[in-house]
Amino acid sequence: MAETVKMRSRNLDFYYGDFQALHSVSLDFQECQVTALIGPSGCGKSTYLRCLNRMNDLIPISRVEGELLLDGEDINDPSLDVVMLRRRVGMVFQKPNPFPKSVFENVAYGLRVNGIKDKAFIENRVEESLRKAALWEEAKDRLNDSALGLSGGQQQRLCIARALAVEPEILLMDEPASALDPIATQKIEELIHELKKNYTIIIVTHSMQQAARVSDMTAFFYIGKLIEFNDTDTIFTRPKLKQTEDYITGRFG
Amino acid sequence: MANKRNTTEKTMQAIFFSVATASIAILFMIMLFLFMEGLPIFKEVSVSDFLFGKYWYPTSDPADFGIFPLIIASLAVTALASAIAIPLGVMTAVYLAELASRRVAEIVKPLVELLAALPSVVIGFFGMVIVAPFLQDVFNLPTGLNMFNAALMLAFMSIPTITSISEDAIYSVPTALKEGSMALGATHWETLLRVILPASISGIATAVILGMSRAIGETMVVLMVAGGATMIPGSIFDPVRPMPASIAAEMAEAPFRGDHYYALFATGIVLFLFTLLFNIIADQIAHRYRQVGEASL
Repeated sequence: MAETVKMRSRNLDFYYGDFQALHSVSLDFQECQVTALIGPSGCGKSTYLRCLNRMNDLIPISRVEGELLLDGEDINDPSLDVVMLRRRVGMVFQKPNPFPKSVFENVAYGLRVNGIKDKAFIENRVEESLRKAALWEEAKDRLNDSALGLSGGQQQRLCIARALAVEPEILLMDEPASALDPIATQKIEELIHELKKNYTIIIVTHSMQQAARVSDMTAFFYIGKLIEFNDTDTIFTRPKLKQTEDYITGRFG
Repeated sequence: MANKRNTTEKTMQAIFFSVATASIAILFMIMLFLFMEGLPIFKEVSVSDFLFGKYWYPTSDPADFGIFPLIIASLAVTALASAIAIPLGVMTAVYLAELASRRVAEIVKPLVELLAALPSVVIGFFGMVIVAPFLQDVFNLPTGLNMFNAALMLAFMSIPTITSISEDAIYSVPTALKEGSMALGATHWETLLRVILPASISGIATAVILGMSRAIGETMVVLMVAGGATMIPGSIFDPVRPMPASIAAEMAEAPFRGDHYYALFATGIVLFLFTLLFNIIADQIAHRYRQVGEASL
């Protein structure tokens, strides 16, 4: 396995107004690996994830300190083009959030807003993305139907396809299966296995089993701090800290 | 004890039921009255002569009861008012919902809504005393009381409705959709144009139509500033006489249950059908393009 650090955070602090939500988080994400962020609600794992594509910029009173490097480049540098950053670091949200447009237009959206007009290219990329998201077979006959008519699981895979269409290098997933039934969840997990061949994936999850099943590395967060970070096997079988063990075995959280 | 509770319960139910039925019954009776007093004119004039007749001389002998100029006046004034009010109203709504800071929006939105609290007679007065002389001077017109003035005043009146309802619709587009778009590398502007506005189009359309139906039914303003000439306008600076103005101006002089009286009520029926149509369309749009799925949360 290639040990290249794709993304790295050094002493990352994050504030909502006066409230400090993240305390000095330092983490390395290896290329083409799945890293799971776990921890009880409100521990800052989603906030951390949203720092990685600067989604928190949308919150007016937020402030970030410390270093966040993508391929060695500081993503909080004021001169950095946030639009380019978000193309490189795609995101899938907790609840499927397809646009009220057709299936095709949902996937084509990212291409269109990035100025691509070539029709054949867009069609190819849409098909390719839907195939990668394992939705092509189900969706190929309803490309022009509203995306809102798809089932929840299909909508979430559509959102993954939508994110893949702009060819990101990293895929952030914020509890992508929490609104889905077990069968749809399984499909998403299989998909993550497939996608990690080409993408660096960082996934927030509430489900220990899911973290154990899909991830190579696991980071445990608690009240805004990174408590323990190690490969998933170690975290789940021989955690170093009692706090981690208590959370994983369900004694709190 | 239980018995007493039961009685209270039943009494309350009866009271609310009768109040609710009373208001519906009264509305229904008004409608019935409108049709009873309006339909007899069609014994004198055919429906098509009434609707499409070009001459409205209700007091001549023989009288002419053609309300075509009045219908055209109403539609033209409403269309012109909408052409002014829709861009202003919707853009204000976009600004308040998306661009202004929440604090600014919370101050400005009630102010815009306060515009709706201005009595129409005040707006009419403003149009008469301030706008009319201004128009007359600037465009060198025989009178400043004309279709353009009326449309301007009606636009003022419908902007609060359009802005307020559109702002609600735009603001209620879920953050999730906005974030989904931004996460794909769309700018705020692209997100606004390609996701937020399409997602709130049903609310905006409803706002526009409710604003228009307010404009077409408005009486006092058009009575005061539209000029009152019963003619088919050739330019936006011609004086016109929309249906509500005609009814309000002439009703007091029309002999009770004479032909003129019936004709004015029949004009009322036509006006009623127009506003009813607007409201049905608004309702249909609101239902057909109802925000569904994630967007409805």
